[in-house]
Formats: sequence, structure tokens, C-alpha cells
Amino acid sequence: MDDLEQVILAYVKREYIDEDDNREVTPTTPLISGGIVDSFSMVSLKRFVEKKYDIQIPDADASTAAFDTVQKIVALVERFRHAKV
Amino acid sequence: MTATLVESSWEVAERELGLQPGGPVNIGWFCTDRICEMGRRDVPALIWEDFRGVERTYTFDDLRLKTNAMARWLRGLGLEPGDRICLFMDRVPELYLGVLAILKMGGVAQPLFSAFGEESLGTRLADAGTAAIITQKKHLSKVRKIRDTLPALRHVIVVDAPAGTLKESELDLTLDDLPECQSFDVHPTTAESPSLLHYTSGTTGQPKGAQHVHGSLVAQYITTKRVLDLRDDDIYWCNADPGWVTGTSYGIIGPWACGATQVVLDAGFNAEHWYAFIQKHRVTVWYSAPTAIRLLMREGTDLVRKFDLSSLRHLCSVGEPLNPEAVVWGQQAFGRPFHDTFWQTETGCIVITNLPGMPVKPGSMGKPFPGITACVLDPQTNQPITETGRVGLIALRPGWPSMLRGYWKNPTAYEKKFRNGWYICGDRASVDADGYFWFVGRDDDVINTGGHLVGPFEIESALLEHPAVAESAAVAKPDKINMEVVKAFVTLKPGFTPSSDLELEIMNVIRKRLSPLAMPQEIEFVASLPKTRSGKIVRRVLRAQEWGQPVGDISTLMEE
Repeated sequence: MDDLEQVILAYVKREYIDEDDNREVTPTTPLISGGIVDSFSMVSLKRFVEKKYDIQIPDADASTAAFDTVQKIVALVERFRHAKV
Repeated sequence: MTATLVESSWEVAERELGLQPGGPVNIGWFCTDRICEMGRRDVPALIWEDFRGVERTYTFDDLRLKTNAMARWLRGLGLEPGDRICLFMDRVPELYLGVLAILKMGGVAQPLFSAFGEESLGTRLADAGTAAIITQKKHLSKVRKIRDTLPALRHVIVVDAPAGTLKESELDLTLDDLPECQSFDVHPTTAESPSLLHYTSGTTGQPKGAQHVHGSLVAQYITTKRVLDLRDDDIYWCNADPGWVTGTSYGIIGPWACGATQVVLDAGFNAEHWYAFIQKHRVTVWYSAPTAIRLLMREGTDLVRKFDLSSLRHLCSVGEPLNPEAVVWGQQAFGRPFHDTFWQTETGCIVITNLPGMPVKPGSMGKPFPGITACVLDPQTNQPITETGRVGLIALRPGWPSMLRGYWKNPTAYEKKFRNGWYICGDRASVDADGYFWFVGRDDDVINTGGHLVGPFEIESALLEHPAVAESAAVAKPDKINMEVVKAFVTLKPGFTPSSDLELEIMNVIRKRLSPLAMPQEIEFVASLPKTRSGKIVRRVLRAQEWGQPVGDISTLMEE
């Protein structure tokens, strides 16, 4: 779980935070409602976790609320990873 | 015999605003000083809140004083009337006040969506010959990357820079530190003086700057009163970002020219947060967008019931056509329908609309606003179509007060917007027997995603900068939430093979260089693209394929 969290957190920091943007991003920082990732960019974030963890998240489950923090994304990924087994 | 004199909407607005023909009109003054003179000095003009719940309130007198101070400071930098001054910020108070301050000192406000990447930003600043940019620390790196390529850009101004973090060539503008300015010598602009420069995308070439004038106030004031139905005691919420025209026409000029209180939420989408915001501030009039409404629909009506939203009395929508389901859902969820409104960057004000009290036909854009002459034009004969239900081009008779006065340094593009004396919006529609307009689609290759127009040319140019991409075509693909999203078709250079890694890499490159809106939500790697015999890529074939429509005449296409 921790590794998953670190990987997604690192990706969010690298891809969605500009160099001069000194906001701190933690696993509980609101991403969508906090204006860090917008609903359009969420598609690339979803694509990343699907590719990285070899899962498919149906559109019905990929809500802005489900992607609002790294912690919530981890829970979503875990759910679909287990569903696959 | 006595003649009956009926005032037009515009004449009513001119009378109410006290405008004289040829006399001074300055939007900045009308939205601040005039409202104070009307006795609303202590009324909140702006109640701003961020995603953490931090709140700042500005009365109309605060607005007057702070825009005075900002205008004086900008003038002190040597900025002159007519200079383009870009505002590149999130929805912070400095953005709203900055627009009015620029207008007060005679400058041309050029707001740009803060999610633009450096390439989109650079293209628009270079085209406008922008003299100064006002931004936030979080967006400064994008400005720094392109500054050397912009010789006209004299000043980079940052509104929230911690001490010691700026370079010598950058300026700190902390609103609360500016000396008070009780009286400012507002530039004597008139109805035809330039006010705002809003960039918009077309099918070909780079985005064009739609030039607006101070006289647009007349149309924005009266449509705010009559379409949005704003009254003195309303609390108004407009979801639009002032980086786009809705955010300036109806997020700054219209409501403040009416002296209304508006609330701003500087946060991303979260249904629960939005409802809590409406409940907390007792919002009465809400101007939203179909994409937002469909996102709310997805969260269901049970969530709505958890909040007291009884303050809402009028709902409107703009951006792309509001589907009938969303109108019906609005009725179920809020006890009243969303009133669809139609207009665009170039029109500056709402032109076709469902007025308050008018029966709403779910899925229809409504009827022309009184004062606007609109029709659908036969694309072959350029004559107005008189039969009901036949599809044509939405066309407007030029001359309404907020119509664009041209595209910045691009008279050819402006001339192309007219046919047989009509201004062509670029959208197709039909009109029913009751005079209601029904939107059908765009008449060009521009992609309307989440209510924002994205030009395929800009995306394709950026795609070609990726080392793996040989050729590309960007088209609209249907989407349940955003109506349309960008899909790119790409052929690869020798040595590159299609993969999901490459797809994600290209998506992220476009997102960062251009904007999240322009990022293809899907990339299809293909062996070749449909082309004419002269080698021009034919997007319409790909678009038709995405929409499951007939591809039309393909006899002129090159055989592969």
C-alpha cells in the first residue's frame, strides 16, 4: 500500500505541480477540489494508474470524488486489483 | 395619429446607465465608483472563498479604492492607454479587481486561462504584443520559460510572491500593501475605446484575439438584468473563469454594473462542496455550464437533498447546448429548470436565450434576446431559412453593442465571419414554429469541450513537435460529460511503435504545453490519415467515424 501511495504521489507531484508552485502535496491533499488536477487532466491520471497497475477502472467508478486524493486513488486501485484476482 | 415609441433594450440600458451619445464610458468606473455613488458603497461586491474555506470580502467601496490603487500603480510603471495587459491567474480577487483596474487606466485587459501551458500562453502574448502580465507565483515558471521570446513584454508582475523569491526583472504587487487611492483620474474612454482582448480558437491557424470595447457594457448590463434576472438583493454565483468571456461579461462586468453581490469559489469541482457553498452564501442566481450540471447529475439527487438550497430562485447555463435530461434533472433537483443561453466570445453578450418566465423547451437554446436579430442562414444561398425545422447557420444582424470590433491584427479572419450582411456564429441550428432555436452542431472543425472551443490546428502543431509523431489530426469525439473531447489520430515516424506508454507521454506533453482542455483524451495510432489528392488531411472523415455518421463525398480523397 505504501509503495503504491508513494508511486502515485510522486507521479502527481511530477506531472501536475509546476516548478515554482511550492504547494505541499500529501496523500490527503485534495487534488480535484483543490484545483491541482482538473477534470480533464484526471483522464491522464486515470490512464497512468490503469497502465501502471494493469487494471481498467470503469467510467462509473472514475468520479472526481474517487480521484480527489492520492489516498482515495490508492483505495480505488486496490479495489480493482483485488477484483482482478 | 400618434406614433408609439418603443425603447430598444439597448436604449433602456443607455438611459438607466445615464450614457450620453459620444460621452465617456469606462467599464471600470461603472462597476465601482458609480455603484458607490448610487448608495451601495457598503454592499459586498465580492465574497471570495478558496477550497480550504478561507474567505475574503470586498464591498463596492473596497472595489473602488483597490482598483484605483492598482490602476495608479500600473500607470506608474509607464503602462499607457491601449497597452495590452495580461491577467494570468486562478480565480483570486486580484484577477477580478485587476480587470477593472486595467480598464480604469485605459489599458486593454487580456485575461488568459491559468491552466494554459507555456506554448498556449506564449502564442497569445506574442500575437497581442502584450506589454505586461500579472500572474501568481504558481504560474510564474511558465512565464519565465517564454519571457525571452517576447520582446514587447516589459513587465512581469506577481501578486503573491513571498519576499525575496522574485528575480530582479520581476515586480511584486501585493494588493493590500498599495497606498490608498481615494480618487483616480479614470481614463476618458468612450463607447468605441478598446477594453478586453479575449482569445478564441478557429479551425485554421492560431487563436485569434477578439477585440471588445467599453460600449459593450450596455449589452452586458441589460442582459444581466433581463436574462440572469439579477436584482439588488441577489447573491449571484457564476461558475465561469474570467480567463474566458463568460467570466468577464457575466463574472465581472454585468453583475457589478448592476451593483449585485457575487460569490466566487476558487476551487476545483466537488459536488458536495458546491452545494455547501450555495447553502452557506444563500446563493439566489446561479449561472453554470452543462458540463458542471452533468457532473452534478452523476452524483445524484440524494446528495442535493442533504443541503438547504431553497435560496436558489433562478438558474442559467452556458457553454454548450444543454441537453434535455439536464434541464429535467435541474427541475427535479432544484425545483426549477436551468435556462439555456447561447452566445460566444465574439458576441460579448447573450444573444439567444430562455428569458425568465418564458416556457422552457428542454434542449432548446431559446429565442433571440430582444434587440438581437437572429436567423438560420441557408449555407448555399446565404438567405434566411423560413421553413421551420430546416438546419442552417446561426447568423446575427451586426450592430449590437458588445459585438467584437475585429480580430487583433487579423482583418481577413474578421471579414470571413460575415455573409450577405450577417455575422456567422459558426454553429448550425434549426428554428421551430414558435421561434425557438435548436442547436445541431458546429459548422467547422473546432472542438467544443466542456464549453470551451479548442482549435485542431493548435493541437496538431503541438503534436508534431513530439519526436515520435509524423502526422496528426485532432477531431471532436462525443463525450457524456463534456459533450465533446479531443481525440487525436497519429502516424508515427520510423523507429517508433504504438504503445500505451507513448500515448500517455504524448497526452501529458500536450496538457502541459497547451492546456488540459487541448489534451487528447484518446490517441489512436494509425498507419495513414485520410488526405485529399493535394495532400491535405481531411478531418471530417475521422470526425464522422467517431460520431457514427456518414463520411460524405470521399471521391476527392487520395487512395492509399
